[in-house]
Amino acid sequence: MSDSQLTDRFPRPEGAGGRPAHARHPQEDPISPAAHHRPAPPTGQSGATVRRPGDQIFRGIAVGSGVFIVALIAAVALFLVLQAIPSLAANKSSFLFSGGWSAQDPKNLNFGILDLLWVTVASSLFALVLAMPVALGIALFLTHYAPKRFSRPFAYIVDLLAAVPSIVFGLWGIRVLAPQIKGVAEWLNTNLGWFPLFSTGNVSVTGGGTVFTAGIVLAIMILPIITAVSREVFDRTPTTQIEGALALGATKWEVIRTTVLPFGKAGYVSASMLGLGRALGETIALMLILSATAAGPKYSLFDGGATLASRIGSGSGEFSGPLTTGAYIAAGLVLFILTFVINALARYVVAGKKEYA
Amino acid sequence: MNTKRYGVALALVTAGALLLSACGSDNNADPGAAGQQTIKPECGGKKDLTGEGSSAQTNAIGEFKLEYGNQCPGQNLAYQPSGSGKGVTNFNGGLVDFAGSDSALKSGEEVTKATSRCEGNAPWHLPLVFGPVAVAYNLGASSPSITLNAETIAKVFNGGIKKWNDEAIKKLNPSASLPDKDIIVYYRSDPSGTTENFQKYLATAAPTTWTQATTKDFAGKVGEGKDKSQGVANAVKATEGSITYVEASFADSAKLSKAKIDNGAGAVELTNATAGAAISQAKISGQGNDLIVDLKSIYSSKAKDAYPLVLVTYEIVCSKGYPAETAKAVKAFLTVAAGAGQDQLAKVGYVPLPNEFRTKVNEAIKAIA
Repeated sequence: MSDSQLTDRFPRPEGAGGRPAHARHPQEDPISPAAHHRPAPPTGQSGATVRRPGDQIFRGIAVGSGVFIVALIAAVALFLVLQAIPSLAANKSSFLFSGGWSAQDPKNLNFGILDLLWVTVASSLFALVLAMPVALGIALFLTHYAPKRFSRPFAYIVDLLAAVPSIVFGLWGIRVLAPQIKGVAEWLNTNLGWFPLFSTGNVSVTGGGTVFTAGIVLAIMILPIITAVSREVFDRTPTTQIEGALALGATKWEVIRTTVLPFGKAGYVSASMLGLGRALGETIALMLILSATAAGPKYSLFDGGATLASRIGSGSGEFSGPLTTGAYIAAGLVLFILTFVINALARYVVAGKKEYA
Repeated sequence: MNTKRYGVALALVTAGALLLSACGSDNNADPGAAGQQTIKPECGGKKDLTGEGSSAQTNAIGEFKLEYGNQCPGQNLAYQPSGSGKGVTNFNGGLVDFAGSDSALKSGEEVTKATSRCEGNAPWHLPLVFGPVAVAYNLGASSPSITLNAETIAKVFNGGIKKWNDEAIKKLNPSASLPDKDIIVYYRSDPSGTTENFQKYLATAAPTTWTQATTKDFAGKVGEGKDKSQGVANAVKATEGSITYVEASFADSAKLSKAKIDNGAGAVELTNATAGAAISQAKISGQGNDLIVDLKSIYSSKAKDAYPLVLVTYEIVCSKGYPAETAKAVKAFLTVAAGAGQDQLAKVGYVPLPNEFRTKVNEAIKAIA
């Protein structure tokens, strides 16, 4: 491979010699996703002491935005804590270790988050388990298998899923999907009932208002989020690495396994966490799908109940007294902390990867 | 991916169809007590009246508002259905002109606050919106017509009766063929005035059986909860062997069977006439023009042809103490609501006020200063 050929494929701004005139200058379009150029190296500007008004203004805006969002989160946390304290003090049940929810009589508050926490975590994790492999497949297909001509339109169609209102997903889930998957649910329950997750739950399997249905609908809802972010990350796999692998005789799958996946892993995990956050906070769809129940959970996918968010949503019509409202806000506080913890965990997971930016 | 695309298309189509069908099939309640005395309102005063509270009243207030706009052009009302409790709080805080509530103000703090909001004058309860609640069930295609009494309803909803062919139900329905099936109870998972009134009915008419709470949360500890009236109606529609309590209009539009209630004087079917009959003999427990309805007198009624399971909701207003402009608008609005507005209620699933009740309410409205 001659020097001029190499330069042709990977044009460098300083390496002007032998480069055909028609090649685009990388600085004109440094991050075009189609071109897979390497970012242009920094120009040799050594004026560290030069400060223009633009620097000051931009720095101010950037710092201001950063401080603002942190302050906003702190204010949300403070609001939640302050509003929740009186109700927590008046609560006659254990907030963390009991499962019932009765908050309408301010003199007789009995609420706990244990059941809500279970349904929230179970439905979201189930959704994640279903959505992650599918999203990975879609993202890889769009970036490395689909003809370039089709990959963009396909990507738009997947993104369209994200634009469907969640109330539509909810109505579809309970009125169309639930009756359709009734057979599957019953089969799992009858034949794999020995496995705890498929054992009989606290609501009827046939009714469909279960974590099982909810998880499937949530999986569809978070699919476009995971796909969109993963697609962008996989698309940015350095062409040198891909071509290097190809040059060593790797097949398509080996190329993906040795270059694309290691490069995109951190981004894929981040994308999944973003999807998980969406699933944890989903309200209206789950309000419509899940059957509430007074019976305690059986820790099965065929449990009903409510998630933290859907409980708040369904109670929002009758936030009568401050104590009643406070009970729901306390649930909101738990959701806030839960999301926080999961985000922290995800960051911990991806922080180890050197590609993580 | 194709299935996902079809899934979305299907979802959109289905949801659209659902919405359309929900709009299309209004209940076909008989016109009821139309063409009764209607007093012309004295329009004027504050242009934008505000109210807040009970979500059970939403559709009724919608009709009142329409009629108010018709009769008093240029006048408007903004009603926020954020819940009875919130409505009362904001009424007491002077933020809204009247509150809609599923229950009377609690004596003590609530009444004291309302009195000081009305500048030392008593707050009045005007019962303007009554809604019949059906005990709706699904027993398959050949759904037999069944009769229940308060005792059996209470047992069904707190787990005392678990099968459709229970002796207690058989005794009330000797001729019906009852299946040997489990009763699946659906209840409202969101806190609601319907649940509250239903439980109060059970506690009044079957005090020894219904010992549970009577708040807005369902306390029966059985069955599965669904979101809002539409949710429970859909669930019963989809599940054979299920039962629920729901506003009659929802039971009608989902074409569910409604149980007859035997309150001691024979089985009574739910119609506007029978629900109206129960309301007519309601006693007023408030003083003078404060028309608090004695729910016990409705719920424990043993009168013939009276359907006792009715949701009672109030507008809470100041007897005096409004600014002159506000008072004028409040009176005009209430006059419309108690007059022409009532004639529109049957089509949105409420019971129009019976005649003698209208007279009382109109007297009270006239007395607001």
